[in-house]
Amino acid sequence: MINPLQPIGRVFLAFLRTAGRLTLFTGSAATHCLRPPIYTRMILRQMVDIGYFSLPVVGLTAIFAGMVLALQSYTGFSRFGAEGAVANVVVLSITRELGPVLAGLMVAGRIGASLAAEIGTMRVTEQIDALTTLSTNPMKYLVAPRLIAGLVTFPLLVLVADVIGVFGGYLVAVYKLGFNPANYLTATYDFLTAEDVNSGLVKAAVFGVIVTLMGCYHGYHSRGGAQGVGTATTNAVVSASILILCFDYILTELFFAA
Amino acid sequence: MTDTAATPKIRMRGLKKAFGHKVVLDGLDLDVGEGESVVVIGGSGTGKSVMLKCILGLLKPDAGTIAVDGTNVLDLGTKDRDAVNSHIGMLFQGAALFDSLPVWENVAFGLLAEHRVNRAEARDIAITKLAQVGLSADVADLQPAELSGGMQKRVGLARAIAADPDIIFFDEPTTGLDPIMADVINDLIIKTTREVGATALSITHDMASARKIADRIAMLYQGRIIWAGPVSEIDSADNPFVDQFIHGRADGPIKMAVRA
Ligand SMILES: Nc1ncnc2c1ncn2[C@@H]1O[C@H](COP(=O)(O)OP(=O)(O)O)[C@@H](O)[C@H]1O
Ligand SMILES: [Mg+2]
Repeated sequence: MINPLQPIGRVFLAFLRTAGRLTLFTGSAATHCLRPPIYTRMILRQMVDIGYFSLPVVGLTAIFAGMVLALQSYTGFSRFGAEGAVANVVVLSITRELGPVLAGLMVAGRIGASLAAEIGTMRVTEQIDALTTLSTNPMKYLVAPRLIAGLVTFPLLVLVADVIGVFGGYLVAVYKLGFNPANYLTATYDFLTAEDVNSGLVKAAVFGVIVTLMGCYHGYHSRGGAQGVGTATTNAVVSASILILCFDYILTELFFAA
Repeated sequence: MTDTAATPKIRMRGLKKAFGHKVVLDGLDLDVGEGESVVVIGGSGTGKSVMLKCILGLLKPDAGTIAVDGTNVLDLGTKDRDAVNSHIGMLFQGAALFDSLPVWENVAFGLLAEHRVNRAEARDIAITKLAQVGLSADVADLQPAELSGGMQKRVGLARAIAADPDIIFFDEPTTGLDPIMADVINDLIIKTTREVGATALSITHDMASARKIADRIAMLYQGRIIWAGPVSEIDSADNPFVDQFIHGRADGPIKMAVRA
């Protein structure tokens, strides 16, 4: 007879193993970020890849998010005569929530996948082993620069997303819903506090680490040829997306529950 | 196996390595003498690459000792381990060139990583090393993806000898090449190891290549070295396993596992 607890135990053990391995990987990556040598050239190259080349994706996502927010909140609020709140809803939703989360999810798809594929290919073609034989620590050379680039560029990307998202809302409000441009902008600024923007940027930094860490971790541990790299890519995107939503709640609670 | 009188360059004793339940190395003993060229032969998946990765510290053996120049490298800390590795060059099976870097940076990677030279000098050395493996300076600025398999192997060889190592490992240097290119690579291996005066440890299942580059041949089967001797004695080895392998017969004591 099959013990019904057995599969549960096996899944639990596998979970613990993965959690342990991920913790070790994160710890090792973090120490390599701090201790020299620091590969500045690699960090700059990654900042361009992760940050600059993600601008179109993030910009398009943000502008449509802002536009649809304005439209939705207008149709909703007009039912009880609160159309005036559209500007506030747009700016608060974008800076606190949608900017970091949407940018994080979009970049998780773009960067998480490409990091996992790149590092996974390096693993299965023995390039990572080759690094070690050439006096180069792969954690320091491959992983640390990507983590640093994620940590630094995500907040910048989200800042851009915030501006573009608010602008999208402005476009719809002014050109479609007939708001007065000056009034709309005043309403936008009046209710915005530094904490709204800052909390979004802190979230962005955390998401940047999550996305690059998941991409590197799954790529680094990929096994068995092209199929293994494919699995690593999927796992990187799925785990990064789930962790982003999970940490989004935790961070929101930390910032605003008090 | 008879030990050479002096301390061998590499000495492995009782090496064991298993992945989960799968035992790959099961008490492997092997010596490689100074300046000698030893070729380990054996079927696919018998653990030849695992053996090299254990020596390089890429994998940690479950038991046994590995001594390079008489010091057990398994006990070393990261710093000393790196110092040992910087005297070892390795040609990987698929060449393992870094596809994000041009050919010359691949060749000079180890030199740049150890800050032995600046970038301009590194480029010059890379071009010299490329010439040693028969590649012209035009290749230096190409990306690895633009090269044929044989050229990638040559660049891999240039990278392995770039830091003038004492020891060079060759992981299936001729696998996947046409017979003529395979022989070109064999000649280059002999030439370059002689030029830098290095000790060579190669693994292959290509008997033509083994006969050509080896001073001594050792056969790995079921995790152990079951025969070792000078290349001239391999045909009179009087070992049914060796006999079956070198003649490539399907029938014999070696049964191919249906699942690798
Ligand atoms: N990192 C690893 N994890 C799990 N199994 C491995 C690993 N490396 C090698 N193996 C297994 O060990 C066996 C020997 O592999 P290898 O040394 O590459 O064979 P070969 O003699 O063809 O070079 C293979 O069955 C392979 O599946
Ligand atoms: Mg192999």
